Amino acid sequence: MMEDSKKLEEFQAKIDADVKIEPKDWMPEKYRQNLIRQISQHAHSEIIGMQPEGNWLTRAPSLRSKKILMAKIQDEAGHGLYLYCAAETLGVKREQFLKWLHDGVAKYSSVFNYPTLSWADIGAIGWLVDGAAIVNQVSLQGTSYGPYSRAMVKICKEESFHQRQGYEIIVNLANGTKEQKQMAQDALDRWWWPSIMMFGPHDADSAHSNQSLKWKIKRESNDELRQRYIDKTIHQGEHLGLTFPDENLKWNDKTKHYDYSPIDWDEFWNVVKGNGPGNKARLAHHTKAHNDGAWVREAAIAFQEKQKLKSKIA
Amino acid sequence: MNNNLFTYCLRLGDNGLILSHRIAEYCSAGPQLEEDLAITNVGLDLLGQAESFLKYAADIKGGGTTEDDLAFKRKEKEYLCVHLTEIPNIDYAYIMARQFLMDVYNYYLFQKLTASKDTVIAGISAKAIKEITYHLSRSADWIVRLGQGTDESHLRIQTAFNDLWMFTDELFETDEIEKDLANKGIGVDSSSLKEDWKNKTKEIFSQAGLQTPTIEKHSLAYGKFGSHTEYLGFLLAEMQHIPLLYPDAKW
Repeated sequence: MMEDSKKLEEFQAKIDADVKIEPKDWMPEKYRQNLIRQISQHAHSEIIGMQPEGNWLTRAPSLRSKKILMAKIQDEAGHGLYLYCAAETLGVKREQFLKWLHDGVAKYSSVFNYPTLSWADIGAIGWLVDGAAIVNQVSLQGTSYGPYSRAMVKICKEESFHQRQGYEIIVNLANGTKEQKQMAQDALDRWWWPSIMMFGPHDADSAHSNQSLKWKIKRESNDELRQRYIDKTIHQGEHLGLTFPDENLKWNDKTKHYDYSPIDWDEFWNVVKGNGPGNKARLAHHTKAHNDGAWVREAAIAFQEKQKLKSKIA
Repeated sequence: MNNNLFTYCLRLGDNGLILSHRIAEYCSAGPQLEEDLAITNVGLDLLGQAESFLKYAADIKGGGTTEDDLAFKRKEKEYLCVHLTEIPNIDYAYIMARQFLMDVYNYYLFQKLTASKDTVIAGISAKAIKEITYHLSRSADWIVRLGQGTDESHLRIQTAFNDLWMFTDELFETDEIEKDLANKGIGVDSSSLKEDWKNKTKEIFSQAGLQTPTIEKHSLAYGKFGSHTEYLGFLLAEMQHIPLLYPDAKW
């Protein structure tokens, strides 16, 4: 126990001095568990997030937009891969992460349980959902766990391209025909609140926040990040003549931030608990793809084993 | 307008357009994440090649035609992809078998096209052949892996090849358009690719322990001449959905 408390002290001192924690370093079990939960949740979000966008890949309306969307979805798969690798350094295999996902033990960002109903939703995902994700991820570049931090640096570079891709779609729609502009407004109406909820519960209600901040797994609180996202996004929408679906949204000269209406946490928790419009379908799709691919993975392993045996004999 | 060159560019472009669309349908359904990444990469390359050839075709047609007009606003009969590209994603074995058969074909075709006297075709092909060389090495690896993996994978990949084989004779069908362009050193007579294609597939099948099905002429109606499988209509209905619903809109 004495040794543990000494280790814990040294650990905290490293964190306080902004020294990154690496896989082989000693770390408190709770720190490890917290990271396993957060990084794998982040990885699952990237992977499940491929689905709502993939939903419009076969209906992308131009060759250029199809190419960009395809590249973007491929990036998400890449991000998932970096993150699973970062999470694996904590001693859990990818197969286990996927099992937790399929069993409903692990979560992913609830925003991906909302449906993409028009091409404008692809714009809204890039502009709002990726826009919100970036605010969080830029902050996470400074996270205390080395592999997670490095994955974030790489991911942030690509995410800013995603956000611009989404905004470009919205710009084109807002400057297009009357129907296109309506499509953009409709997408904003549906995606604005889910994007705000992406930052999670208010600080006072957030289960993991305090410890995560102390260990610098998270660098800023949910509410701070949420406010930064709102502040930077409003003028981007207003500039295009779009209206945000919140009548209380207005600049507060005292706080130098935008005020906004109370968030509908009932909706948030309802979707988190699995009752969102897409929860079942998203998970079913992923589970089916994984199960359908089992024979391919088995074949690859069997082939590798045979090759090893051959080279031994030779 | 140079009609033969226009048609030839549509054939080259449509093969990539439709095959990349099939790959797009498979997005997020791969057997593992690494495969999702790799197969999307192939789809992106094919889409890029399609875009280049359709842009060239649009330039040849003139009158303000764009590559998007050609990609999204033609009638089914006006698409000139081969049947093999239209086959749905039945399972991973069919996807890889379809890919491998097209990769071998593209490999020999584009090798020759890099020497085209038409500088645009030569330029597109010089970029494409690097991509296709990777595609072929990847799909050939998978054929061997599946052929030699487990009993199940062996059976699945052999079944896929047995079923898809009837679509391969179209690859080597030729017509006056191809012959004219081949004579001018611009295009390639498809029948001239058959020997190389046969040898390469045989080589990989032998490594994979697979039986080569026999080629039989299955049809007199071919995609490259505008006559398609039943699958294509559904694919186009989805792909063309937005441009046809909002004909005046720009995206």
